[in-house]
Amino acid sequence: MPTDAHIVKSYTAEIEHLTTMIAEMGGYAETAVAEAVQALRRRDSARAAQVIEGDRRIDALEEQVSAYVVRMLALRQPMAADLRTIVAGLKIAGDLERIGDYAKNIAKRTIILNKSPATGPIAGISHLSKMVEVMLHEVLNAYTAGDAKAAEQLRARDDEVDDAHTGLFRELLTYMMEDPRTITPCTHLIIIAKNLERIGDHSTNIAENLVFQVRGERLTDRHADDPDSEDPQARL
Amino acid sequence: MAEIELAAPMVRQSAAPSMQVPKAEHLGSPKIVAHDVRVFYGEKQALFDINLDIPENQVTALIGPSGCGKSTFLRCMNRMNDVIDGCRTEGQILMDGHDILAPAEDVVHLRQKVGMVFQKPNPFPKSIFDNIAFGPRIHGLAQGRADLDEIVETSLQRAGLWDEVKDRLDQPGTGLSGGQQQRLCIARAIAVNPEVLLMDEPCSALDPIATARIEELIDELREKYTIVIVTHSMQQAARVSQQTAFFHLGVLVEVDQTEKIFTNPSDDRTNGYITGRFG
Repeated sequence: MPTDAHIVKSYTAEIEHLTTMIAEMGGYAETAVAEAVQALRRRDSARAAQVIEGDRRIDALEEQVSAYVVRMLALRQPMAADLRTIVAGLKIAGDLERIGDYAKNIAKRTIILNKSPATGPIAGISHLSKMVEVMLHEVLNAYTAGDAKAAEQLRARDDEVDDAHTGLFRELLTYMMEDPRTITPCTHLIIIAKNLERIGDHSTNIAENLVFQVRGERLTDRHADDPDSEDPQARL
Repeated sequence: MAEIELAAPMVRQSAAPSMQVPKAEHLGSPKIVAHDVRVFYGEKQALFDINLDIPENQVTALIGPSGCGKSTFLRCMNRMNDVIDGCRTEGQILMDGHDILAPAEDVVHLRQKVGMVFQKPNPFPKSIFDNIAFGPRIHGLAQGRADLDEIVETSLQRAGLWDEVKDRLDQPGTGLSGGQQQRLCIARAIAVNPEVLLMDEPCSALDPIATARIEELIDELREKYTIVIVTHSMQQAARVSQQTAFFHLGVLVEVDQTEKIFTNPSDDRTNGYITGRFG
């Protein structure tokens, strides 16, 4: 049975170590997103700097996961559920690393924004970020619980995130048209909104990889990883 | 930059994935159809109602722990179990629609059509030439010496051994290396124009290079022959076969496309066995 231990105990321990590393990465990525958004809302540059510094830890973990996966593939020649867990783990670690990068980018732009007076619809950003944070939180819970059903349901959230992002984009455009002096800060906010939307996409990828890990099925591809495949009017 | 600490990551308990049951798929038209095959060794039942299609010109791998019945099933397909005292076989095995388990079946003719290669290379204590020529001679397949020479050469070429032995055909087959001896046995099996080749762990006594040669050979041979191989190496089953059947305790647990079995098996027992959790 998949939940039973392997005859070679160290193999079971290795798979547990892999999932623990990924769960740890997930915790750091989640914290980084939350902190970056808090830093933006509270105009807290010190907090933003912490997020930027903290991304190194996520990157380092991702490298550890990659090396560990290569080692396991070579030494264990995994099959079936083990193979899927290991391959999905590698891909999920990649998504978490990207999420960390987007959080870091939000933090960098926060520091720039804080050098000029407050501008723009921060409330709209808060709404979008809340959705994305909940989505990431739930997909990571689903990962640690091995809950494919929860993961599958989460994918629907990505459409809501996309809609919120599109709405925010229009709002920011209006601001810039009303007052051209806000163009620079609003451009940063547009990119921050885009970063949050991409974090939603990577959370969706994690959900899809989790479904593959548990069931061995590939969910039919949505737009999660390919922004260029979409109608540019529909998705920004 | 100052000493910086992010909030501690949330601690999550990880859980292993659970499985769901997908449907089986089939490959090509069957050469052999086993229908409710049961085998008894005296009182003890070794195989329980095996229903399995062996697709033509494909490699079917039989896997499972020792004593699961996979070799017993393999030996049903050329009636090798007949020679075991107290062994009784029930059910039907249709080869091209014809029941080979029928009492009236000509077993000598059957074994010409269904060749076998064993775990340990077992060349006859004769010359390389005579090892190959033996079968064609007793089955009267050669019209004369030239014909026989051609059969020997073609068989050795198909077995990938010709270039290595063509200058020493008169030397004993037992003088070859283990891997060469196994290819000699494969050449001997295909010299009588079989339709099916049964292989019972053909590489388990060979080194990795000789194993790779046999696996390459199996891949080439399936163009002409239907192959059934018993192996204890999952990697070998994954590499050489198109269909894999998993046996456990005399029961056929699952049969499906090889790719499916090794990436997403339907049965928990299959997953447990191929991932090294029991067996």
